Amino acid sequence: MREPTREQGLAIYRMMQLIRRFEERVAECFAGGEIPGFIHLSVGQEAPPAAVCALLGPDDLVGATHRGHGQCLAKGAPPDRMMAELFGRATGTCRGKGGSMHLCDMAHGVLGTNGVVGASLPIAVGTALASRVRGSGQVTAAFFGDGAANTGAAHEALNLASVWELPVVFVCENNLYAEFTPQSVHTKAGSIAQRAGAYGMRGVRVDGNDVPAVFAAAAEAVELARGGRGPTLIEAMTYRFRGHHEGDPMAYRQKAELEEWRAKDPLPRFRGWLGERGWLTDAERARLEAEVQAEVNAATEFARQSPWPAPEAALEGVYA
Amino acid sequence: MRYVKAIADAITEEMARDERVILLGEDVGAPGGTFGATKGLLQQFGGERVRDTPISETAIVGAAIGAAANGLRPIVEIMFMDFIGTCWDQVVNQMAKMHYMFGGQVRLPVVLRTHTGAGLNAGPQHSGSLEAWAVHVPGLKVVMPSTPADVKGLLKSAIRDDNPVIVVENKTLYATKGEVPAGEHLVPIGRAEVRREGKDVTVVALSRMVHEALKAADLLSKDGISAEVLDPRTLSPLDRDALLGSVAKTGRLVIAHEAWGPCGFGAEIAAIAAEGAFRSLKAPVRRVTPPFTPVPFSPPMEKRWLPDAGKIAAAVREVCA
Repeated sequence: MREPTREQGLAIYRMMQLIRRFEERVAECFAGGEIPGFIHLSVGQEAPPAAVCALLGPDDLVGATHRGHGQCLAKGAPPDRMMAELFGRATGTCRGKGGSMHLCDMAHGVLGTNGVVGASLPIAVGTALASRVRGSGQVTAAFFGDGAANTGAAHEALNLASVWELPVVFVCENNLYAEFTPQSVHTKAGSIAQRAGAYGMRGVRVDGNDVPAVFAAAAEAVELARGGRGPTLIEAMTYRFRGHHEGDPMAYRQKAELEEWRAKDPLPRFRGWLGERGWLTDAERARLEAEVQAEVNAATEFARQSPWPAPEAALEGVYA
Repeated sequence: MRYVKAIADAITEEMARDERVILLGEDVGAPGGTFGATKGLLQQFGGERVRDTPISETAIVGAAIGAAANGLRPIVEIMFMDFIGTCWDQVVNQMAKMHYMFGGQVRLPVVLRTHTGAGLNAGPQHSGSLEAWAVHVPGLKVVMPSTPADVKGLLKSAIRDDNPVIVVENKTLYATKGEVPAGEHLVPIGRAEVRREGKDVTVVALSRMVHEALKAADLLSKDGISAEVLDPRTLSPLDRDALLGSVAKTGRLVIAHEAWGPCGFGAEIAAIAAEGAFRSLKAPVRRVTPPFTPVPFSPPMEKRWLPDAGKIAAAVREVCA
């Protein structure tokens, strides 16, 4: 079983901090009316994107979900331009045309968050197909949720990736809810990973709040994909601490359940793991967290100071 | 050359010219396509570039989108256009919007070939004409070639275009013959063609109805009516200048297509003429379309259902009366 090195572990922890602080700031700015539209946060779900993307290189690709800020940040998208996109500013990664649910950063291999649940899986299969045909050696990580697992697009994509033995790692962030609907209502089978067998691919279910567990599963999956040995389906069991979208009163879940999962918060948990190894001293932690806070502050200021797009820019770029 | 051979030639030439061009679809490889349009391509270009897919339209179009975003130029086939609803999210929400919504970061040179058309007794789920769905969506280009020369030239242009292009063929045209210029032959996307010059009425006809409109023009010439037949060839973006120019010249407009009338392409043509050439019009615009029912199976019913030269000629006589 592969474990993160000290350097990887610290990078993953830093990324989890960045995702958490970035999204907490997004929540504040949304509540304050600075961010328009709809916002879906992944607070509590930081471990899978941070651990999986730590194993990917700059040329590899990520298909993200509508709850994809963390997936984009983990793949290397710059927080300032991401924040500017959420603010709807001209300096955003998509020049204000996309927003939170349609956030793309091809320069860092981010294929886009996707406003249609399940729709990013077939597209990730396509980027993997191109890697294969071009012999580029790229791996694509396709993130999706438990809700997406029940779409036709997901079934078709998993089957096709397996038939063609494409270099994809499917990462299901199972947070137990499809929007407002709990798993007991939307899925009969106990696990999503077990579906892998039906597609003829490897499947593994891990504790998605346990960084080393996610890392080990992803390390094997990425290695196999890169070696031309086809896709893997990883199901990471996790939980979102906030609602489906900001403003969701969360009437559909019990306080006790939320508290139970808060006790499994992946950040302190991984901090403990790093601490046990003597890899994260208090001084190092303080320095790292201050750095992250400064980065989020700078991103927010960048977004606030950025110009709005000219209204006429709405007419540009329908066709290449 | 037959229409179906013109398609195969276009794909073969472009695959030979550019190794980024790949072909995906149900039965396109070893079987060579439902109507034989992709026969021999698997042998010529190999299994990496020519791929038979599962019956998974969503995955086929999605894979083409991803492959295009990552450097290839895929041609995909959706066997019958009636099936396009199964992958409509990928076509409309993903393929058509990604260039725009990502601020120009991705280009999607995807060609989606599909076919429409009644007349082969294929029944309600295999005979529909749904091009208006695609024309309604910004970000897609839509071409509808009526001749072997046009299908070759437009398909080659579509493969070279950096945008998603839907190529709407007609299954009853596959066996038809026509001249195709030798050598490199490209038809520009966005340009209409006057198939027959005339001075009394403009007949705008799509795909197979172009041939019916030409037959109608022959019938009408015997009555002393001179009909101009305009084939838009590209539905989106439309050659508005050619349309308005012809209507300004003739002062009358009849539109013929095989798709249903309500919200069909003819409604758009009529609206453009009303907005841009109203003062030229000497008579109300008429549309010739099938009745608003699914396409029936049995031959006598299907024949009654389809527009044809007689129905086009009758509409022209009315507006010229």
